[in-house]
Amino acid sequence: MARSKARIHARHKSRQASAGSPFPLQARRKPAKKAGMSTKAGTVIIGASQAGLSCAAELRRRKYDGPVTLIGAEPHLPYQRPPLSKAYLSGEMPVERLWLKPEAFYPASDITCLTNASITAIDRDSREAVLADGQRIGFEHCVIATGGEARIPPIPGANLPGVQLLRNLGEADHLSAALNDAKSLAVIGAGYIGLEVAASARKRGLKVTVLEAAERPMARTASPILGGWFGAIHRGYGVDLRVSTPVASILEKNGRAGGVVLGDGEEIAADSVLLAAGLALNTGLAEAAGLDCENGILVDTACRTSDRFIYACGDVARFHSALYGRSIRLESVQNAIEQGKAVAAAITGEDVRYDPVPWFWSDQYELKLQIAGLIDGADSIVRRGDPEMGNFAVFHLKEGRIIACEAINSAPEYMAAQKLIRSGKPVDADALRNLDVAMRDLLA
Amino acid sequence: MTKITFIEHDGTEHTVEAVNGLTVMETAIRNMVPGIDADCGGACACATCHVYVDEKWEDKTGERSSMEQSMLDFASDVEASSRLSCQIKVSDALDGLVVRLPEQQG
Ligand SMILES: Cc1cc2nc3c(=O)[nH]c(=O)nc-3n(C[C@H](O)[C@H](O)[C@H](O)COP(=O)(O)OP(=O)(O)OC[C@H]3O[C@@H](n4cnc5c(N)ncnc54)[C@H](O)[C@@H]3O)c2cc1C
Ligand code: FES
Repeated sequence: MARSKARIHARHKSRQASAGSPFPLQARRKPAKKAGMSTKAGTVIIGASQAGLSCAAELRRRKYDGPVTLIGAEPHLPYQRPPLSKAYLSGEMPVERLWLKPEAFYPASDITCLTNASITAIDRDSREAVLADGQRIGFEHCVIATGGEARIPPIPGANLPGVQLLRNLGEADHLSAALNDAKSLAVIGAGYIGLEVAASARKRGLKVTVLEAAERPMARTASPILGGWFGAIHRGYGVDLRVSTPVASILEKNGRAGGVVLGDGEEIAADSVLLAAGLALNTGLAEAAGLDCENGILVDTACRTSDRFIYACGDVARFHSALYGRSIRLESVQNAIEQGKAVAAAITGEDVRYDPVPWFWSDQYELKLQIAGLIDGADSIVRRGDPEMGNFAVFHLKEGRIIACEAINSAPEYMAAQKLIRSGKPVDADALRNLDVAMRDLLA
Repeated sequence: MTKITFIEHDGTEHTVEAVNGLTVMETAIRNMVPGIDADCGGACACATCHVYVDEKWEDKTGERSSMEQSMLDFASDVEASSRLSCQIKVSDALDGLVVRLPEQQG
């Protein structure tokens, strides 16, 4: 992780560093215990990305009047991750278009945003967050929005120089530079990120091999129909996509990654290797602070952790979905934004019941995939439209109600499904299948 | 320089200088115009960048793609002049453009 000096993006000079200190916050630090008005200790948000920023901005929109400090370990102000594997990687989108807010937003909104600043501990007794250099920031409320890092699976060679990961902008730039010099790329993992990178690398003219241990692409989140269909599309674009093909190790060439070795010993040489094996959650802070965690930081419907002054949101938070009747954790921009807002609502005293209809999108080649809901638990499947034509939707139903929809270039199906999942209105499978029945009519 | 005026639902006006090549949505975000959420960052996947464009500008802002049209079909408070602002590219031809914002996005 970059260790250069922390930067501060804030409004008041008086909140800027007292002489010699890179951090401005000590001067105005008032532990909640001592402060007459407790909100003055403010809200400290750990993680300056999609969820943390959404929470900070929503606090201000709701006229929250305490200090808001957004603390991020990365050297950049908050930016969008989705383009990192899509338009940014294929070279169609410059870096200036990634920022979620302009620099002026932070001082204008009286949000202090620290970059290059890591929180190393949360002291629940004194209600302080501890920065890497030992400085402490008092809080009334703390929000953990620490997301995750690219997971490094335990395969030999995974730590070789030249093995690429893709979770943040630094890694995207690194990958992009490597692809400039490469003629071939091996991608380990056919989830969304692996496949999006494969598509972007094909656009850049590279030879691409994708290795997936499961029997189909996107096995964890998409249905067999969709996964199989996407596999065929990638093969059509010239990607050598191999499923049921676990990678045994990463091939070493001159001390660097030079390809992959498969279970049966076959070697596939590649100038560049990307590990796209999912997310390793940043739950360490919460665990060390003794907060309840179980594949994510556990939060209640108001997004509160097991400490009522500490909230969690975004990729790192696990909550009970009343809609789906089970505990879920979502890795999506929508969830990061909406759960961040829900935290702000809870902090400002609203009675919050966070229970979203999940949605997600992915762009690969000229295809737009939009998914509403969660597919697990369906008892029947209805297909609408013709996969051969390149626009179709797969509906997942449970007891006659839609619980999920996977739509390829089919926005009406996707938009209507969002509404039908929320309302729980029973739908007639034959009508759903029938293209002569407009989606709008199914809502009525 | 291309000037664009955003009018919030409560009537507050923001006239800003837009950079050609960006979208109208990005212009609003960069200039901190409230009322455009743009959750999906311009992927035409969320419909939270909904605006109303004066009819006389229709020729210059271009036609809605079928994707945009479908997203709008299911958005709230849609009118004949509704557009997704992430799908309108800024160019000299849009100098003086006026867009109105809906009461809320989504
Ligand atoms: C390449 C890529 C493509 C994607 N495409 C899509 C897509 O098409 N659609 C979609 O819906 N979603 C997509 N996603 C997922 C989406 O980006 C995430 O769901 C979203 O970023 C989650 O936001 P978050 O704020 O919860 O966590 P993150 O974005 O992971 O942010 C967490 C931040 O916390 C910081 N942090 C961690 N620990 C500390 C600490 N101790 N102190 C200070 N800071 C800390 C990290 O440095 C990081 O910046 C994509 C993700 C990637 C990587
Ligand atoms: S920003 Fe999402 S549709 Fe325009």
